[in-house]
Amino acid sequence: MRLSVLKALARQAGSVATTLLGLLALTFFMGRMLPTDPVLAIVGDQADQATHDMVYHQLGLDKPLYMQFFLYIRSMLSGDFGNALFTGHRVADDLMKVFPATVELATFAIIIGVGVGVPLGVLAAVYRGSIIDHVARVVGLLGYSTPSFWLGLMGLILFYATLGWVGGPGRLDVAYMDSIDTHTGFTTIDALLDGDMDVFWNAVRHIVLPASILGYTSMAYISRMTRSFMLEQMAQEYMVAARVKGLSGWAVIRRHAFRNILVQLVTVIALAYAFLLEGAVLTETVFAWPGFGHYLVSGLLAGDMNAVLACVLLVGIIFIGLNLLTDVLYRLLDPRTR
Amino acid sequence: MTTIIQPSTKPTLRAWLTADVTTSPRQARLQRAYFGWRRLSGNHLTMFGLSVLLFLVMVAVLAPVLAPQGYDAQSLTDRLAAPSAAHWFGTDDLGRDVLARMVYGTRVTLMIACLVAVIAAPLGLLIGTTSGYFGGWVDIVLMRINDVFLSFPGLILALGFVAALGPGIRNAVIAIALTAWPPIARLARAETLTLRNADYIAAVRIQGASPLRIILRHIVPMCLSSVIVRITLNMAGIILTAAALGFLGLGAQPPMPEWGSMLAVGRAHLSGAWWVSTVPGLAILVTSLAFNLLGDGLRDVLDPRSDT
Repeated sequence: MRLSVLKALARQAGSVATTLLGLLALTFFMGRMLPTDPVLAIVGDQADQATHDMVYHQLGLDKPLYMQFFLYIRSMLSGDFGNALFTGHRVADDLMKVFPATVELATFAIIIGVGVGVPLGVLAAVYRGSIIDHVARVVGLLGYSTPSFWLGLMGLILFYATLGWVGGPGRLDVAYMDSIDTHTGFTTIDALLDGDMDVFWNAVRHIVLPASILGYTSMAYISRMTRSFMLEQMAQEYMVAARVKGLSGWAVIRRHAFRNILVQLVTVIALAYAFLLEGAVLTETVFAWPGFGHYLVSGLLAGDMNAVLACVLLVGIIFIGLNLLTDVLYRLLDPRTR
Repeated sequence: MTTIIQPSTKPTLRAWLTADVTTSPRQARLQRAYFGWRRLSGNHLTMFGLSVLLFLVMVAVLAPVLAPQGYDAQSLTDRLAAPSAAHWFGTDDLGRDVLARMVYGTRVTLMIACLVAVIAAPLGLLIGTTSGYFGGWVDIVLMRINDVFLSFPGLILALGFVAALGPGIRNAVIAIALTAWPPIARLARAETLTLRNADYIAAVRIQGASPLRIILRHIVPMCLSSVIVRITLNMAGIILTAAALGFLGLGAQPPMPEWGSMLAVGRAHLSGAWWVSTVPGLAILVTSLAFNLLGDGLRDVLDPRSDT
């Protein structure tokens, strides 16, 4: 049995490694598909032939393709994504700077998504066919069908421009910018660490709208999955047995049905968290949120392949990592999979 | 004198369609379609989705009639005019009628959806069935490639491809199609695995059919219904991705009236001219919702196993 676990782990490691290699091959291929001359982008069209040849050589473009791929893998694995032309910094440094903003936004979003989605899903399952089930269904369908960038714009019109309930684009009002030190890169936590409550509340006012809109899609997904997991459990015979023994309705739901879906729920939430990265690209663009998605789009519009490919690669790695994590969690939490 | 009471010799179409015993393959096929349609049309939400889509197709076809002035007729004196009798949905920053642009935008959206479906569905079907039928190394290699594509959210992968190919509607379609095939391939593979050891496949093989013939003639038709359900449900996501690319300025280029890029124009005029952004956004929402509703209904009819 020990051996079979080791074997499964080895197979898993192998599959992760090959997927990672495929990921690198894909981004490498994307980088080479470019119809424009990468040398020209660096030296400009005023450079003479000698300069052009030198950069061509420096970029390793005169080497055979497999050598280029090998060199590419080596530099990617060592964390060297090259320079971002549109910021003038190293891409790796830029990513370190912008990523906390996205993580902060995504974390608030997932808290909203789980906080609303799970109870909604449970209620929809328990009161199947009732008005609350229908509401949950409509909310879910709209979540799958609404363009989040449009919802963000509408939210800005209503809650910021008209009602003035929330802060506008960006992480802080201009007046508060640079008023706190960077400790963690999370504005809310940094403000608390500095003990500056004004800044903290300003940061909260800025994050609440983008986080709600980002969280809405994952809320739709989470509530739908919760509902179907709960229905599956409630059809089991142990539920009847627990009722027959005299447990009250909600005690059965809470202690038996809900506890049994926790493992599945964790994997769903992890996946939803990963998919927030996708939503972040649009939400951050709408809200001028200086995070990873904003960086990716700026890189795209500037035609900066180094920055774009690093972002794409990063998302792929995060996805593979989260998938692996949920797999491991599943194994740890669910005794049946052992 | 005996009179022979003749039964009505002309059976009604309905009776023919609901007969217990079918007499021809054509009748059997039409019967199945009829019963499927009856179940589909019993679901109001599905019918709503279907009617919305039919309406959009009609709008797309009749665009020159509905909006005779065309999508790029400018009237700079009427910039950002509010909705009125002359301009039902107002005008945009160049004084173009938003309704007219919406009407022509229907063409763009439906064209993107159709092209992506036409590219991604056959590609996914072929790769999935091949992978499932042959198994072994073919399966491993194809599914590894599939895994790589599946390890991205669709939009991020599409952005990567657009970055490599350059912006524009044609490249957007290619990019979205490249992100849309993997789930279909995985589905087709799963279906194929359940079929490949079936007796009828063995029978065909003994008769000497080539693998290509078996896959195309005997496996692909069995996978079609679930693939149709999946692509209809995915269509909502495809439309959202296309609109997102347009919104980011990487999809359709001006002056093409694409809903996502129209929405982006309105960003600069949010407080003054809300209609420029609101209307295209609602259209995207309704279209994507219609595909979701239709897909849900189709799943109930075509794919009774996945009963959630």
